[in-house]
Parts: sequence; structure tokens; C-alpha cells
Amino acid sequence: MRNDGRKFNELRPMEAKIGVLKNAVGSAYFKMGNTIAIAGVFGPREVHPKHDEDAEKAILRTRYNMASFSTETRNRPGPSRRSKEISMVIRNALTPVLFLEDYPKTAIDVYIEVLQADASTRCVSLNAATLALADAGVPMRDFVASCSAGKVGDKIVLDIAGKEDTDGQVDLPVAYYPKKRLLTLIQMDGIVTKDELKTIVSLAKKGCEQIYEVQKKVIKEKYKEVGHNDNS
Amino acid sequence: MEEVIIERKERKLVIPGEELGEGRAGRGAYYEDGKVFSKLVGLAENRDNLHFVIPLNGIYNPKRGDGIIGKVVDISFSKWIIDINSPYQATLALNEAVDEFVDLNKTDLSKFFNYNDLIFAEIFSMSRTKMIQLSMKDRKCRKLRGGRVVHVTSAKVPRIIGKNGSMVEMIKELTGTQIVVGQNGIVWVKGENEDVAIEAINVIDEKSHMQGLTDHVKTMLTEKMKNRSLVKHVHTEEDADNNKKHSEEEENSY
Repeated sequence: MRNDGRKFNELRPMEAKIGVLKNAVGSAYFKMGNTIAIAGVFGPREVHPKHDEDAEKAILRTRYNMASFSTETRNRPGPSRRSKEISMVIRNALTPVLFLEDYPKTAIDVYIEVLQADASTRCVSLNAATLALADAGVPMRDFVASCSAGKVGDKIVLDIAGKEDTDGQVDLPVAYYPKKRLLTLIQMDGIVTKDELKTIVSLAKKGCEQIYEVQKKVIKEKYKEVGHNDNS
Repeated sequence: MEEVIIERKERKLVIPGEELGEGRAGRGAYYEDGKVFSKLVGLAENRDNLHFVIPLNGIYNPKRGDGIIGKVVDISFSKWIIDINSPYQATLALNEAVDEFVDLNKTDLSKFFNYNDLIFAEIFSMSRTKMIQLSMKDRKCRKLRGGRVVHVTSAKVPRIIGKNGSMVEMIKELTGTQIVVGQNGIVWVKGENEDVAIEAINVIDEKSHMQGLTDHVKTMLTEKMKNRSLVKHVHTEEDADNNKKHSEEEENSY
């Protein structure tokens, strides 16, 4: 048993919504335990500044931002070293599943706001971003599901949350490309042995499979009504 | 027998990465390791082993032959640059727009279409590099003067048009407006009851999945129009009264 009463291989309760922002082409809300992220996708649209344009494919721009009220002590608003790095990491994790070559000379903007932070914000952000991209009709090979695993109190656990993040020994977020069983993101902080690393990664993959099912269900639910009585 | 027909008509809802089977990949689908998968959230269809997906969301994706509503954003020596509500701008060449002979040295092209003018045109070619060329040679293509513009999701345009244009014809008839629907999700409305027609279009955009949508819109419109004619009636009477009073007052003041 863990701090919050979960089993070692249990994810936090998840909640997801689609189409939460009116002005975005696609948007999504993703909640895992006490971590909440909202993502909005704008585009494909014209690239400004023009020199960033790529004649062969779309450029993906991501912005990860933590709201100033998302943490226990106020978070200084605005871009920071950390948020810039996470934006880049999210961009790299999403790129392999997108057909950017379908929209040359355009930009796809993904804006992610973390409303409430309780560990694994980058994973929740990625899950929200994937759903938002699907909602925006951006061509994709598959979804990206993401969660973290790690080592807390000498035990290997799934989905690091709350105190486990600060007191734990290892935190390892991954992003998973389910169809090809590949990882598009893997980061780690802490010290582990080779064997431990293997079990942590395989546990994280199992968690991602569960998240993938949630994502699929949510998106099908939103468009379900449309499929059945289409008379156009 | 009936069941078979229903099955053929019902298209399956798919999401990105969902398997569509073996065969070739068309629009909205991709081929990988001997199988075809969906790229989009949409409705899957299969014709002679060619799998394609009709998207249910997203921005307008230009296609050859689409009739679109565009706005003139720039005029150059012998062509217009048109914004067609997609990430790519389109060009309308002079010879595709005007029938008569034009002496370019003497004429200013803004004489035909000026900045911010709305036109209904057809996409007649699109290159791989997404260079889009428009044509106005078709009879239905024209400049749209006056009126108002509504933006809708381009995937829902078929709903606004309805089966053989049933929906849009009904709105036109009940509100007495002129309506032009562009495939790019821009709808142009002109007439006295523009606001009612626009309201109806917004309802369709929001409730596009509703069963019996045509009837719903019909009752809504009839009711609105009934109220309107009543209001108008009262209004004109009041107006007449006011005018009378006004003129009387004026008379008195003289």
C-alpha cells in the first residue's frame, strides 16, 4: 500500500474531456489524480514568422506552461528553463506519430496549461495534447500515451504522485507509442540498477496501455453520436 | 435484404491508428506493414479495397472541384490572391475570372474585384506544393455583394446542405434569404431575415448529429418567422402612430 492507498501497479483515477475550448480547433482536458492539464490545438495554420516555415512539412510548436496557482507555493508566471525544456520534450514525443508532411508550409500549435500540479505533469500534458490533436483532425499514426513509474521506499511503483515525487528515489516518465510498442520519451532522475530500470520501464509501459484505452474510449464517445445516423 | 442495405449505408467510426483492413490507403488513411490504418477521427469507407476516411473535425482541406467562398486579400498584376479559410492562399488568374478582353496596361484589376470582396469560386487545380488555383468560369461562380458571413466547421457543410440541398433550400424558403454555402465552411447569407437564417445555421453546426434535424430546424424557423411577422406588424403600427404624433407635434411647433 502507498501513501494514497493505491496498489504499487495502480494508476490514479483518470478523467478526460474533449472539446473544452471554444476557439481552438481541437482541445482536451486530462486529469490524473490531482494533476490537471488542458491542451488546445490551433492549426494547421500559416507560419509566422515566415522564416520558420518548412516547405516539406508542417512545423509543430508546443508550449507547456504551469499556471501560477497550480502548485502549493505560487509559481512565478512566464516561461522558465524548466517549462521550455518540457515543451521541447513534449514536441519530440509527439512528432513520431504525426503526419507533418501532410501539411507543408504550415504550423501546428499546441498550447498546454497545467492547472493543477501533483507530479507527472509532463505525462498528463502529453495525454491531453494527444487528445487535442486528434480532436483537431491532425493526421496521426496513433495516439501517444504517457505515464511515469519509479522507485519509492525501495519499491517499484507506477504513476508517481504527490509525496512520492519529492521523497522517492527514482522518477521515470515515459511516453509510449502503443501500436509499435516504442517509447517516444524517456527521462529519469535518481539512481537505479540495470534490472530495476527494466522492471520500471515495463511497468510504465503497462500503465500507458491502460491510459491508451481511456484515450480511445473518450474520443469514440464524443463522436459516437455522429457515426450512427449519418445521412449526408 | 433491408439489413444489407442498412449495413452498406452505415459507416464505421474510426480513430487514428485503427485498423481498416487490407488493401490500398486513400484519403485519411495510411499503409503500414501490409495493412491500412486510419489517420483521423472520421467515418471509414471502403470501395474496391481502397480505404478512406471522411473526417469529422478539423480545418478545411482544399480539394479539386470544391466550390468555396473566398475573400480578396491582395491584387497583383494579373491575378488576385484569395483567402479561402485554409492554411494555404489561393490565386485567381485574370483569364479564369473575366470573360472580356482586358488591357492590363489600362485597367486596374480592382475594377472587377477589390480588396475584401467576397467571391464564390471553384478550385480547379491544386499542386503537390499546395498551390491552389481558382476558377470562376462555372455559371454558379460570382461575386457576393452585401450580406453576412457565418463560419462553420467544414466537416459539417454536408449537413447544412442536406440531402440534395434539402436543408439549405428549406432555410432559404422559410426565411426568404439568399444563401451560398462554400465547401470551406463559409456560409454567405443575404436578405431581410439574415439573423434568423444565421441562427438556424448555427443550430445545425452545433447539433449536427441530431436525428430529425431537418424537422427541428423547420419548427424553429416557422416559429421565429411567425413571431417576426407579428412583431413587424405591431412595429409598423406603432411606427405609424409615432410618425403621426411626430408630424402633429411638428405641425404644432410651427
